[in-house]
Amino acid sequence: MTLKTSMLAAVLALASSAGALAQSGTLKIVSSLPRTGSANAQTGTIVNGIKMAIAEVGGKIDGYEIVYEDWDDASPQRGNWDPTVEAQNANKAVTDPTIVGYIGTFNSGAAKIAMPELNKAGLVMISPANTYSGLTKPGMGEANEPTIYRPSGSINYFRVVPTDDLQGAVAAEHVGGSGAKKVFILHDRELYGKGIADVFQKRAKELGVEVAGFEGIDTKASNYKSLCQKVKFSKADAVFFGGTTQSNGGQVAKDLRSVGFTGMLVVPDGCCEEAFIQAAGASNLEGNTFVTFGGLPPAELTGRGAEFREGYRKMFGTDPEAYAVYGYEAARVLLDAIKRAPTKDRAAILKAVSSTKDFDGALGTWSFDANGDTTNRVMSINSVKDGKFVFVRRAGDAPAGGAKPE
Amino acid sequence: MEWVDFFLQQLITGLSNGMIIALIAIGYTMVYGIIELINFAHGDLFMLGAFLALTVLGALGLGDWSGASAWAAVVIMLIASAGFCGLLNWGVDRLAYKPLRNASKLSLLVSAIGASFILVNLGLFWGGLPMDVFAGGVAAAAPKDFPALVPNTNLLGEESLVQFTPKDVLVWAVTVPLMMGLTWIVTRTRLGKAMRATAQNPVAARLMGIDTDRVIGATFLIGGALGGFASVIYSLYNNTISFQMGYRAGMDAFTAAVLGGIGSMPGAVTGALVIGLVRSMSDAYLETRWTNTIVFGILVLILIFRPSGLLGSRAKEKV
Repeated sequence: MTLKTSMLAAVLALASSAGALAQSGTLKIVSSLPRTGSANAQTGTIVNGIKMAIAEVGGKIDGYEIVYEDWDDASPQRGNWDPTVEAQNANKAVTDPTIVGYIGTFNSGAAKIAMPELNKAGLVMISPANTYSGLTKPGMGEANEPTIYRPSGSINYFRVVPTDDLQGAVAAEHVGGSGAKKVFILHDRELYGKGIADVFQKRAKELGVEVAGFEGIDTKASNYKSLCQKVKFSKADAVFFGGTTQSNGGQVAKDLRSVGFTGMLVVPDGCCEEAFIQAAGASNLEGNTFVTFGGLPPAELTGRGAEFREGYRKMFGTDPEAYAVYGYEAARVLLDAIKRAPTKDRAAILKAVSSTKDFDGALGTWSFDANGDTTNRVMSINSVKDGKFVFVRRAGDAPAGGAKPE
Repeated sequence: MEWVDFFLQQLITGLSNGMIIALIAIGYTMVYGIIELINFAHGDLFMLGAFLALTVLGALGLGDWSGASAWAAVVIMLIASAGFCGLLNWGVDRLAYKPLRNASKLSLLVSAIGASFILVNLGLFWGGLPMDVFAGGVAAAAPKDFPALVPNTNLLGEESLVQFTPKDVLVWAVTVPLMMGLTWIVTRTRLGKAMRATAQNPVAARLMGIDTDRVIGATFLIGGALGGFASVIYSLYNNTISFQMGYRAGMDAFTAAVLGGIGSMPGAVTGALVIGLVRSMSDAYLETRWTNTIVFGILVLILIFRPSGLLGSRAKEKV
């Protein structure tokens, strides 16, 4: 045997042992979510949702063992998702042949980084929380979106949450419907917050609501008293904040009330978590604060969703927070695809996910459309009472085969 | 005259924010003055002070946050946090800085950054304690609501557009006497004289029989205690605390200290008031997104034309 052929043999042996690993009956699912920093409050419940979905299939599909790893895409320095860490996670996932599904990301900005990497590798990615429209919808974001995220030309990114273009519009309709004449728009200058604020502004103008101001805040500031006084002096009767608890939504709400602003405050689903109430102080949110959410709150879920709620309570001892069901749904749709896939490799599983149709999920019956978006468009408007979110009404469109639109 | 009201309002907000920054900035500038260390852990020490205050408040278990009991709680928190931060700062110096007293300034700086990381993570852990004030500690990293012990009523009457509240009064009522006391300590007492001597020339001070280690320890103690006072005032003024709040507060205070002339105490206060006012005016008349640009733009300009800061006199090598 010449040196060359022996080397070739060694490479072949290596390759076949890697192949053997993939067939040895282990399929790995990873999630990449910010687990360090304040987003942990929301991502913890998403991870619980994923674990619950895997536990429900007994951690096994067709003889393959399903292994789940909970990856962090945040760094302590940023206290939030970190582009470097997200890129590392994506690369790590691509190079590990046993990984067949990537659940994430939480932040739309992080998705931008992971999407092209995973796309090249043909690894399916399902986000439980990205709502920035430009990630999937042509014409909704920058001119080169979403093609820039799809270097391979095909789609590998899916999401189970309704997007910001739907949610921002619902928020604007709520403000317009309340009779407000003038609205002040604040945002956190991030992809998600600014994106939803842009949609809000567009829809508010269409509805004839005057926009008194449109400003990006400094998310690390200790308070927003000066800015909130500006809002008060502008005589706006409503404020929309495009942002999250991590981008200091709680302090914005608190300072608006402390400077004596009594008008309506509307915030998007990034603030739809107990931590937001905790940060803002329940009394500051009482009455005239509304939270839009891309779906129904856990307590309003019916059918399969109600079973999820009960199961979650049994497994974790607490009620699920708003995002838990999306983690659960993302994992379930992936597990369902793994089961349907004829061979348990990345390509077959990706194909199975993209052909998901009339999925009987906890969020209703829904499908993935041609962009990879869910057809589920149910939204809800919530308010805060006695330190708890209370459901006010349903908004948006009905899911396929679901309840009637409002 | 609505624009007058608006301007006055920004003046009040800016000065109150500035005074809080000033208390933290003094901690930076005192330590720098004496051992030429930019104590990066100071902002995070301040953060821990706020967590201690909230813990004390939770332990007091007041049901009703108003009237005399609230004021008593404020006093207890001020004392507890000041003592805690003072001792902690002293301890950090003993453990992390003292062994490096003769090492290069860079080692000291890196040690300070390390101390800062440790304190931040301590704060993250602290927020996860299962106490009611931390919302059961379920979400350790989430910002915590700090009860509004000090009322937000308008002292100028509910009709007035300008708001001047007991919170603003509290900020001034605590910071001004503290600064006066500190000035008295530094300029009139034996310890103050020893501190000034150590700052000027530690070797000569030692030769004169000054126990410089004790003096440095005392400086850390006092600087930390001021950070502790600042943390309670900050918490009562903003009503939110988070394990990450030390970063921005420290950054603002450090900038204030440099702006005013690092090493100079009146300079730190002046720098802090300038930053507080510039921040609030920029938020109000320009856009919030320009605020940081303007603050740091001013810093750059001042350092170009007055490298030693507004009130700094000694031109010393900076780290």
